[in-house]
Amino acid sequence: MTRSASPSLPAARTTGRTAPGPDAPVAGIWRGVYRRLTGDAMIQILVIAVLLIGWETVTRLGLVHPFLLPRLSAVLERIFNNMLAGKVFTDLGLTLYRAATGFLIGTAIAIPLGVLMARNTAVRWFFDPLISIGFPMPKISFLPIFILWFGIFDTSKIVMIAFSCFFPVVSATYSGTLGVDKWVIWSARSFGATPNQVLREVVLPMALPQILTGIQIAVPVGLITTVVTEMLMGGPGIGGSMIAAGRFADSVGVFAGIVEIALLGAVVVKGVERLRAYLLRWHHEARH
Amino acid sequence: MGATASILWRYTPLLICLALWEIVATAGPFANQLLPDVKQVAEALWALILDGEIVNHGLRSLYRAAMGFGLAIIVGSAAGLLMATFRPVRLLVNPIVQIFYPMPKSALIPVMMIWFGLGDMSKIVLIFIGCLLPVVISSYNGARGVNPFLIWSARSLGASRATTLVQIVLPAAMPELLNGIRTALAFAFILMVSSEFVIAKDGFGYLISQLGDGGAYAAMFAVILVVAMVGFTADRLYGAFVRHQLRWREP
Repeated sequence: MTRSASPSLPAARTTGRTAPGPDAPVAGIWRGVYRRLTGDAMIQILVIAVLLIGWETVTRLGLVHPFLLPRLSAVLERIFNNMLAGKVFTDLGLTLYRAATGFLIGTAIAIPLGVLMARNTAVRWFFDPLISIGFPMPKISFLPIFILWFGIFDTSKIVMIAFSCFFPVVSATYSGTLGVDKWVIWSARSFGATPNQVLREVVLPMALPQILTGIQIAVPVGLITTVVTEMLMGGPGIGGSMIAAGRFADSVGVFAGIVEIALLGAVVVKGVERLRAYLLRWHHEARH
Repeated sequence: MGATASILWRYTPLLICLALWEIVATAGPFANQLLPDVKQVAEALWALILDGEIVNHGLRSLYRAAMGFGLAIIVGSAAGLLMATFRPVRLLVNPIVQIFYPMPKSALIPVMMIWFGLGDMSKIVLIFIGCLLPVVISSYNGARGVNPFLIWSARSLGASRATTLVQIVLPAAMPELLNGIRTALAFAFILMVSSEFVIAKDGFGYLISQLGDGGAYAAMFAVILVVAMVGFTADRLYGAFVRHQLRWREP
């Protein structure tokens, strides 16, 4: 199940539209309208709309204390004001910058190391026990050490994020590269491919699905780590802003932060899914 | 090579790293403050064990993680199975899953603080939410991938919908579900430590930041290594459990 890392639920989107309702009561042009209105996508949008309207109604009626759950309109207004003030962009931009830098550093070390581990016994002997121990550890617990070594500014955050992203990618690269079919490599060699060509044209493309699965694990972990580091060290960045709002009992600010980071997370995670689909457009998984 | 020798050979790199740590700590360019040596850390750990501090804080943390993780497994696998079986449930739950899935769950820490205060409940709920989504998604994907012939056979033999769900769909979805639970286990530890770093009065994360703030760096390193080992051990135990559970599967 290589697709288990992908959270998209394709069956839920398609079944309702292709299967006609068992008791579609109307004919002709109305059947199409009826089907569209009762289609899965429409109902799911409706569910979200009902939830949002419910949020606003419950808070307007005063059923929930506004400190526990501020009005949706107040949260949206705050986000709008933050956008006008540019705060949304500096916060999200800084968070994204830290997450992306850490992720790129971690991946840039992890992929070559994973390939080397699969190809060289000495490298494998040295790193295999370290990585099999490091992979399941809660890396975030090392954060105070990085703060001690690198201070409370961007360096310690980025090192922490790189450290968190490193393990899923290196172990996925290692097992992906190791699992490449020997026959394919032998064929390439017998056609006269140099070791470099075999690596670039055969091994890496065939290991790519697994590497991307590792990356799809590393990205959410990296985002979680970024937010925690920002919350702990404060300062600009979405995590720091949220924890400051929490300390000042500004629950509108906290919820605005959640909506903003949720949007950023959605963009990043969907972006990685798109990237996977693009990079693997030659692969049989793209035909599903 | 005997069995002991080969295990020793396998873990030699760890010993090399320990030796490197010791050399850098004692002879390296850093002040001793930044990197306590192995002996100091071991002594600090022993002191923490003797006065019971690490055990008390650790049990507090593990209680939170176990509660959130356990609830997430029960609710999540049930939700995933129901989503795969009943269209109304799927249409109701799927949009919520889709919205919450990409959100970094640590962003919920301040809300948990507002809703549940500084006690256990805020961490349990946070861990529950963080573990829930991987479990729901893996349970749903696993149940959706069940061979329909198995379900049709069971139904035609007179099994009720509930029986089919429990006796056919759940076992068939088990491999994928157990995989999702492993992801959830990792999230449980990450969120446990993170939430205790940010807001807590006890627990591993609190102990680490308290020792760090007090400048007891050797003790801080000791607790961090213990947390790392606990996370590693939990994952290994879970792996053994999965192999035992899935021994009925054809290899």
